[in-house]
Amino acid sequence: MTHAIFQMVCFILFAVVAVGSALAVVSVKNTVHGVLALVLTFFSTACLWMLAEAEFLALALVVVYVGAVMVLFLFVVMMLDIDLEPMREGYIKYLPIGIGAAVIMLIEMLGIIGIKTFNVQAGPNPAGASNVEWLGQALFTHFLLPFEIAALILTVGLVAAVVLALRVRSFSKHQNPAAQSAVRAPGRVRMVKMAAVTPAAPEPKPAEEPQA
Amino acid sequence: MSIPLSWFIVFATVLFCISIAGIFVNRKNVIVLLMCIELMLLAVNTNFVAFSRYLGNPGGQVFVFFIMTVAAAESAIGLAIVVLMFRNRRTINVGEIDTLRY
Repeated sequence: MTHAIFQMVCFILFAVVAVGSALAVVSVKNTVHGVLALVLTFFSTACLWMLAEAEFLALALVVVYVGAVMVLFLFVVMMLDIDLEPMREGYIKYLPIGIGAAVIMLIEMLGIIGIKTFNVQAGPNPAGASNVEWLGQALFTHFLLPFEIAALILTVGLVAAVVLALRVRSFSKHQNPAAQSAVRAPGRVRMVKMAAVTPAAPEPKPAEEPQA
Repeated sequence: MSIPLSWFIVFATVLFCISIAGIFVNRKNVIVLLMCIELMLLAVNTNFVAFSRYLGNPGGQVFVFFIMTVAAAESAIGLAIVVLMFRNRRTINVGEIDTLRY
């Protein structure tokens, strides 16, 4: 029983931290602080997923999101020299609309979730001891083709990001690999046929006597 | 595990509504909009994880795996577009990017 209460206390703690930092993400003035608050949100949510016994995904969330995506966000935010003041215009004006829409949506969704699901309890963990084994079994038997398509999507995303952000500088001196590999021997070496023995130089003509 | 399912759903709903409000109030800043989209995907993923656990079906967690893959690619491309936009227009203010309107 104390175990159950401990889990519930942990859940409430992490949920409050996650919701609070999510509020900070949408409300702080400085975007860098917003990104850092988003990191905290992801981390607390990973803890919640850990409580839901999805260990692999919780760790993947920390590694992929906190480790890669959020660092990318932070990098971009710090690299761009953004003037933040014009971005904030309309914030106060749209605040009531935003809060109103969010509260109405929240009430509607909570109404849909309803009172019936309120006490649904989980059965024994279907994953057994190893969540990774359970997930991998499903991923590599039933979802093998989607898994490979996901790899393809990541490759396309990588290439697209590089192509988009690549800047071709006309003034910089660089090699052109396409031209380099397109070179054939006739483009570089010109074979000149030369006779092996040079003919004897012709006798110099005697200077003509001026006609009388 | 003794946490009721509804706790997870309510948490995800709250997170989703916060990000909706964030999109409403931060309409001008592309980076904050992208962050709000990430927050929404996180809320949806939480639902998937919770239902997968309570229904005993691994499909939900596999789906979260794919959502994370696509979201990572999406944010990489989105940030590349933001960098490109800043390089060409010296701004990422959504209010000033209105050339298509004319």
